[in-house]
Amino acid sequence: MTKSLKVICPNGHLGFAPLKTESFRIAVEAGTDYIAADSGSDDIGPVPLGSDTCASPRAWQEHDLEVMLLAARKTGKPMIIGSAGDTGTNSRVDMYVEIIRDLARKHDLAPFRLGWFYSEVDKEAVRASIRGGSPVRGLDGRPDLDEAELDATDRIVAMAGVHPFRALLEEGCDVIIGGRSSDSAIFAAAALHEGFPDAQAYYLGKVLECASFCAEPYGAKETVMGEITPEWVEVTAMHPEQRCTVASVAGHAMYERSNPFHEYVAGGLLDMTNCHYEQVSEKTTRVTGMKFVPAEEFRVKLEGSGRLGARFVGMAGIRDPYTIANVDAVIEWARTQVRERFGDDGWELHYNVFGRNGIMGEMEPLKDKPAHELLIVVQGVAPTREMAEELTITGTRQLFYARLPEVKGTAGGVSFVFDEVMEASPGCRWTLNHTMAVNDPLALFPTHSEIVGSDVLETA
Amino acid sequence: MMTTKKLSELAKTIRSKNAGTDKITFDVIFRERDVYEMVKRSGALTRASVSALFNIGDNRITDFVEYDPAYAIKFTILRPRPSGSPGDPDIFGAQQYAPLLDVDVTVDA
Repeated sequence: MTKSLKVICPNGHLGFAPLKTESFRIAVEAGTDYIAADSGSDDIGPVPLGSDTCASPRAWQEHDLEVMLLAARKTGKPMIIGSAGDTGTNSRVDMYVEIIRDLARKHDLAPFRLGWFYSEVDKEAVRASIRGGSPVRGLDGRPDLDEAELDATDRIVAMAGVHPFRALLEEGCDVIIGGRSSDSAIFAAAALHEGFPDAQAYYLGKVLECASFCAEPYGAKETVMGEITPEWVEVTAMHPEQRCTVASVAGHAMYERSNPFHEYVAGGLLDMTNCHYEQVSEKTTRVTGMKFVPAEEFRVKLEGSGRLGARFVGMAGIRDPYTIANVDAVIEWARTQVRERFGDDGWELHYNVFGRNGIMGEMEPLKDKPAHELLIVVQGVAPTREMAEELTITGTRQLFYARLPEVKGTAGGVSFVFDEVMEASPGCRWTLNHTMAVNDPLALFPTHSEIVGSDVLETA
Repeated sequence: MMTTKKLSELAKTIRSKNAGTDKITFDVIFRERDVYEMVKRSGALTRASVSALFNIGDNRITDFVEYDPAYAIKFTILRPRPSGSPGDPDIFGAQQYAPLLDVDVTVDA
């Protein structure tokens, strides 16, 4: 096997904000064996998955894919992308595959093998698991999935581990577009394919997945380089002003996760409890002591989102201190008008009171000390567009007419930036954050590949 | 001699962020080991103190970890509802840390 392997990551969420090209160029010139990035996140809320859309402009995604593809084909090194288009649904994978084909044509690239896999899961397959006596287990305190919650779901993706990436690397793919996948699996797959051990391979993935978030000073979207041997993983910042320090690398292990010691992936657990961090040069930190514990049962994480209805948004401001002190009564007035018009259920109306506790809700320690002016953001969700619009405009405009006994200002109780409501993305909800047992790690992730470039037509 | 400082004067990083769809995780990171150890000893950040600060039951705190390799104290809470549900004002969970800035820490002067 190879003695060491280098992998670079230019962006922790490809397409969410464009990668910075200078540190990427430096990394490519320094020499790398793989170029890889994750394009997904569940941070963006349930709407992109529920409505099968992207969270970012296509131009940014094309930008990053173009920069990476040109470097990969120029150097002849494989390029791997996971969780295409934020959610990794089938339509997002197809979109990225199409972008790669278009870029190959645009730049007249020499033929290469493009591989991709899908991650969407048919609801009926999940139902069959429930009915077959294999519970779909809830994560983070959620109960096991029942069929009612499944019926409320519009789209499900499974979180791939290294398996479909490895299958496509075995096929000799030069460029791989993945459906929804574990961030770390994208990088780990390359290292495992080259014969490195599990623990170091998954740690390599863990440390690289957010690009320069493991470096300091803070500066996102810059490239970092990981190097793996059977004994250790080193990570190096590529931006001239950034360094990977013991503090920044150890600190990254806890980023966006509830526990800094354990990382679960499909097929096992990366245990970082006994990791040892050592500064080996100015920009590089070496990590040893990671362990990998294979899972006894192969369970795959499922993410699901369900559409609740059409959604509109309204806004209203308050400056009168008496009205501010009684803002809950003002909101209750508007809500009552909505109830009289639409009945008690079949819709949702939400008020966020900025200037009081709009951001933290019940957790706000200062919720009894409102500011001298408030902004109320009103959201209405209903089965149809027409109903959602009328619901939201009722819930917003009736704030203006609220009847407070002592109010001096009788010409209108709120200020309007717009006397209208605006259509927003549909209201959606995360319905699945669960795991399902599967026998075959590849079962949920069908793979495909083809030769792209110079008008060669061949499909495998 | 003992004196009182704000956590924001002692920590290099105080942040919050989603940990998956159902949780928000908080990181308080220190630059120096002795400051980190001093804050740990002070008892200013415990399950009980953050539960009181954020007005949440202890059962909503899923993890509370003192993470020595990064000189960090880290805890994670369950959201009242999943991120991005209509009405959720902080889809990324990125602005929930502010009350931590003003936590009083009793330190050796």
